[in-house]
Amino acid sequence: MAAEKIEKYAEDIAVTESSTATRTHAIDMNNIVDTAVDMKLANEKTCIAVSNFSLFYSGKQALKNISLTIPEKRATAFIGPSGCGKSTLLRCFNRMNDLIEGVTTAGNIKLEGNDIFDKSINVADLRRRVGMVFQKPNPFPKSIYENVAYGLRIQGIKDRRTIDTVVEKSLRGAALWDEVKDRLEDLAMGLSGGQQQRLVIARAIAIEPEVILLDEPASALDPVSTLKIEELIYGLKDKYTIVIVTHNMQQAARVSDYTTYMYMGEMIEFNDTSTLFTNPHKKMTEDYITGRYG
Amino acid sequence: MQSKIKNWLDSGAPFVWLNAGAVSVSVVMVVGLIALIAVRGLGHFWPSDIAVFDYAFAPDSESSQLMGEFIDEETVLRARAGNPAYAGATIKRHLLKTGNRDISGLDFSWILDAGIKHKTYPDDAMVVERREWGNFYGFLNSVQLDGHNLQNNATLWATLEQAITQNNAVFDEIRYIEKNLIGGINYKMEKLRLKERELVLKEENTPVNLQALIAQREALQLAYNSHTATLETLYATLNSASLTATTADGQAVSIALSKVIRVYRPNAMSLPDKVLFYFEKFWEFLTDDPREANTEGGIFPAIFGTVLMVIIMAVIVTPFGVIAAVYLREYATQNLITRLIRIAVNNLAGVPSVVYGVFGLGFFVYFLGGSIDQLFFPESLPAPKFGTPGLLWASLTLAILTVPVVIVATEEGLSRVPRAIREGSLALGATKAETLWRTVLPMTTPAMITGLILAVARAAGEVAPLMLVGVVKLAPSLGVDGNAPFLHLDRKFMHLGFHIYDVGFQSPNVEAAQPLVYATALLLVVLIIILNLTAIRIRNSLREKYRAAEQT
Repeated sequence: MAAEKIEKYAEDIAVTESSTATRTHAIDMNNIVDTAVDMKLANEKTCIAVSNFSLFYSGKQALKNISLTIPEKRATAFIGPSGCGKSTLLRCFNRMNDLIEGVTTAGNIKLEGNDIFDKSINVADLRRRVGMVFQKPNPFPKSIYENVAYGLRIQGIKDRRTIDTVVEKSLRGAALWDEVKDRLEDLAMGLSGGQQQRLVIARAIAIEPEVILLDEPASALDPVSTLKIEELIYGLKDKYTIVIVTHNMQQAARVSDYTTYMYMGEMIEFNDTSTLFTNPHKKMTEDYITGRYG
Repeated sequence: MQSKIKNWLDSGAPFVWLNAGAVSVSVVMVVGLIALIAVRGLGHFWPSDIAVFDYAFAPDSESSQLMGEFIDEETVLRARAGNPAYAGATIKRHLLKTGNRDISGLDFSWILDAGIKHKTYPDDAMVVERREWGNFYGFLNSVQLDGHNLQNNATLWATLEQAITQNNAVFDEIRYIEKNLIGGINYKMEKLRLKERELVLKEENTPVNLQALIAQREALQLAYNSHTATLETLYATLNSASLTATTADGQAVSIALSKVIRVYRPNAMSLPDKVLFYFEKFWEFLTDDPREANTEGGIFPAIFGTVLMVIIMAVIVTPFGVIAAVYLREYATQNLITRLIRIAVNNLAGVPSVVYGVFGLGFFVYFLGGSIDQLFFPESLPAPKFGTPGLLWASLTLAILTVPVVIVATEEGLSRVPRAIREGSLALGATKAETLWRTVLPMTTPAMITGLILAVARAAGEVAPLMLVGVVKLAPSLGVDGNAPFLHLDRKFMHLGFHIYDVGFQSPNVEAAQPLVYATALLLVVLIIILNLTAIRIRNSLREKYRAAEQT
């Protein structure tokens, strides 16, 4: 299934690259196709709704008036050059930016209708609902088992059998169980980078979040591990809303249903992934995905 | 030529030589220091041969017979040796340990080499180690045992040794009864007295209440009487035996066996015997109480006191330092005030330790201790319980002395925990406190232990503040014993560092004390090394575990 899809997108991209020169009037078509996306979104359930959202680092604006809808149980990719604000936006969804001093925000982000910046929101609860996987694998210096059980222990679950079940289920869910089932008590640091990253994903899904945020999850990994992670993400979107930040456009094309192109803190284009890669409406998007970035 | 020198300088070779030189000088100094104290201190326990010789302090004077151990020798200028009658610009002389302090008043004397004649090492030269008056050197004459006078018997020596072994067993029993049983009764008696006083102070001294106390006291008194009766019989068996011996100059001396720890004839001992004897003596040094103003016997109370004090200090300083560091690094906003606090903490580490002693005495002992006494122990006043220097105050004083080290090391460790690990934990819905407790602090343990190592090393070697807040020359009882509540924080204690000072500088018998100073110093160094190595091992195994995580 996954392999078929990847082949299909690879073909699509090849088509895109050969036909860019012929589509110079893309801007004229903007409204029409935007409506098409909106119509498609109208059939989806909204998970995260960002409206007129801006973010400032000590007064310096990093995100400019972003409005965006992230549909439930779909994979949405953020692409764009370094420093465009895609990671910053991602880290807003679980309020990870709270840790950075001097960050102020305007506008709102709603998770299933509730403003996540509301005073009544418990940040720890929010982060239980919105899991996150980081660029570099960051397993805790504990055993493989304890890494996966961490979120449960935080929630005060002590029953060994419950934890055992969840650990196995999560490791199977992250396609890691067969590789580590005989050494669950070993230190997580002993795993390879790709295994560590899948362990981190297992750790995230162990607490059954609604959304999983992935911040360039494969950028520190070798190609084989990258492929495994991508297959995993592709499989996960049946159960979770996935938001993935990536530098790698092929990756975005392979795993996501919707893609957002961001540039200099602004959202340039949000579209159906296949449309965005085959028939981008904005000149800037087209320049970026064809490598004529600038 | 000049360019050659310049090339050589540029190559960095001189700098390498300089560094290597500095390192080797340091190594030589450390090894030399330890070797010096080891040789000087450890030699003390070896059973040296006993020389017997005729000695005339001037060529024409009558000679007398001397016996003893040669301890040291030196060659000095005539004038330094007191212009003796012997010829020569320089005079060679020996330090002789003659013992017999009860007879001659001195147990060491300088002997001129030229006056020594007919030196022999007779097999029957005997050393008697006594509980009082130091060693006796002489020849065994007879043994009085169970009313019999044994003399010139082939098995006389064996009989004596056997009698002394038996006596020592009896003596140990006496000591046990006196120290543990009667000591325990005294402790309970004192508690009863305090209870009575408490009742009086609270005006609850009704006849019923007092009656209960009197009954308890009578029970204790009965137990006490039975113990004293046992003691009397034991003392009677001890005191019945004695030995007679002649000194080198023919004086006959009688020594009660109850005063004898051991007799030995070093000249007749084989090498394995001597080695065995050496370890016996060394073991005694480690495990026995001191005797004779600390110049004889062991230093066990000092070792015990040092270790106990350091442990209590560690128990206080670690949580205190860690909590302070966590607040400073994790919770406090980083601004001018936190910077000032950090500078102040660092500077605290540089304050001379005696200043802490003065602070400890004024604040802990007099103010805190005095208040505690008034609030909780009014019955024991005017005799203070906590309002006097003791174990708790010494540990607390050293804890504030060493807390900067723990704070600095822990802060360092906290700053090394990568952001990614913290974010990973927070992203799983952990609060900041949960993240700290479950992930960050465990990862900081190697750093905390590093701080603790430095703190322990400093505290174990500190003497000056302790002299003000709890160390004594001779503590009658240890800080831990069989009487509830088992750990007595109000007691004074002995300490190896202070013991070195006391034996070395406050001793009435300088010559006898000197080797003990070295031996005690060696022990202090070894103790600190052991404490450090243990902590370092723990830290390294932890560090191994967290190393990979710190690189992410």
